[in-house]
Amino acid sequence: MGIVSLAGVSKRFTIRVAGVPQTVHALQDLSFDVADGEMVALIGPSGCGKTTALRIVMGLERASAGRILVDGEVVNGCGHNRGIVFQHAELLPWLTAYENVAFGLEQKGVRGGELRDTAMRYLELVGLAESASRRPYQLSGGMQQRVGIARALAIDPSVLLMDEPFGALDAQTRETMQAELIEIQARTRKTVLFVTHDLDEAVLLADRVVIMQKGRISQIMSTHLPRPRLDMEAMRSLPQFAESRHRLWQALHSRAAVAA
Amino acid sequence: MTVSADTTPQDLGPAPDRVGFRPPAWTITAASVFAFFALWEWFGRDVNPVFGSYPSAIFDAFVVLIKSGKLLNGLIDSLKPFLVGYGLAVIFGVPLGLVIGRFAFLEAALGVYVTAGFAMPLVALVPLLILWLGLGFMVKVAIIFLMAVFPITINAWLGVRAVPKTLIEVGLSFVASPATILRRIVLPATLPYIMAGLRLAVGRAVVAMIVAEFFTSIGGLGGIIINSANNFDTATMFVPVIVIVLLAIGLNWLIGYFERRVAPWQAEIAGRNE
Ligand SMILES: Nc1ncnc2c1ncn2[C@@H]1O[C@H](COP(=O)(O)OP(=O)(O)OP(=O)(O)O)[C@@H](O)[C@H]1O
Ligand SMILES: [Mg+2]
Repeated sequence: MGIVSLAGVSKRFTIRVAGVPQTVHALQDLSFDVADGEMVALIGPSGCGKTTALRIVMGLERASAGRILVDGEVVNGCGHNRGIVFQHAELLPWLTAYENVAFGLEQKGVRGGELRDTAMRYLELVGLAESASRRPYQLSGGMQQRVGIARALAIDPSVLLMDEPFGALDAQTRETMQAELIEIQARTRKTVLFVTHDLDEAVLLADRVVIMQKGRISQIMSTHLPRPRLDMEAMRSLPQFAESRHRLWQALHSRAAVAA
Repeated sequence: MTVSADTTPQDLGPAPDRVGFRPPAWTITAASVFAFFALWEWFGRDVNPVFGSYPSAIFDAFVVLIKSGKLLNGLIDSLKPFLVGYGLAVIFGVPLGLVIGRFAFLEAALGVYVTAGFAMPLVALVPLLILWLGLGFMVKVAIIFLMAVFPITINAWLGVRAVPKTLIEVGLSFVASPATILRRIVLPATLPYIMAGLRLAVGRAVVAMIVAEFFTSIGGLGGIIINSANNFDTATMFVPVIVIVLLAIGLNWLIGYFERRVAPWQAEIAGRNE
């Protein structure tokens, strides 16, 4: 199971700029649902509240108003049913790649041989088996990001929250990782809510795209690609791909026009 | 880590920040120390031996103290309360600083005592401590402990407050218990601060050790200092002073060594290649 539901979620931050308190409205009245096994993309310009929305669903941030339900239960802190990939990897610098992945599993109570096998399996999945004993400072930004992805996948959460997970990767690795994610999702039927700036990625991966603007939802758009989408090349050549991508581009473009 | 596979000797000019000849750091230190002692010897010989001394005279006094066994006995007498007091300060101060920094309630309840204790003129309390604990081993341990524990606690405390929130959130995201977050995230992230505190505390504990020996039963290295000063034997007085300085330097090196062993990632983060 993995049903996510946001109802009227708002988030205000109070910050001090040169000593003067100011209120930042990061999210305003955000409402949308993610069905079990659905993949939803959050897209929108920098600072529109995508990370904040993801953090609230994760339980790292408390909403100022509104309700967040995961599988019918009010979110009140983090839980093993949700896993998060941070925008900036956020690995623990004193642990090796392997130990970082194992850390998450240990908190779930996984021990011994199962711990070793699972952690190594996910490191292999992200193509970092050889770098297992390197520490984050000995890894490139993209490699760090992949360790973060392995760490979140390893605990096998029913809801996967990913904040620009493939943004730091080269085009080749990105496509491999996208294919892996599609494959994992098809196999485990995870619910995935992810942030991206990449139109192709949104269309290829997501069932629906939530377009955000200044803390509000400006549009929710369905993509019409058939599932499973394991063959990415075939997907890209479908007329639905070009059509969905164009609609998304238009939606973002009109939004940019409004914002300007 | 050095990358050498793709560099050829002929295209390796000096890096822009290393213009000209750069001898290794330790040779500079050695030359500086040598020059210091040479100057001291040169000018020290002209001074009345009651008011000052010079390296060769101090060395002679050193040999005498070694042969009589006084120096070694004094060192052992001093080290025993030092190690106990300092060790207790570490065992007590580090966890205290961590929990004060981590839990707002404890910070509000106990922080003020730690701040006050750090600023407290400890010497003023020594007579009181003697009333409570007598003149023996315990009072020395207490004085050293009190001098060392506050810088250790304060540094651990400040270190916890400097831990990036994002690292704590990694723990929260994976539903780690508060104890796990403290032990596996806060503690390693705070280690550089803790180590800085341990170094500061070495200096203060050494002072405390000597003060304790001055005020209580005359003994240890402090006792040698007092006795030789009372006899106007300035050269002998300098011997324990130098031994104490060497002791502090050695302990600091030991802490640095320990730090590199338990926190090798720290040098990577700072970009130091050690
Ligand atoms: N902890 C915070 N304190 C104060 N303001 C914050 C905080 N976190 C986010 N904000 C503000 O909330 C707004 C939304 O930020 P958020 O990080 O969610 O944007 P984003 O859509 O993820 O942007 P990007 O694409 O650049 O990652 C921004 O205006 C930001 O300044
Ligand atoms: Mg963001």
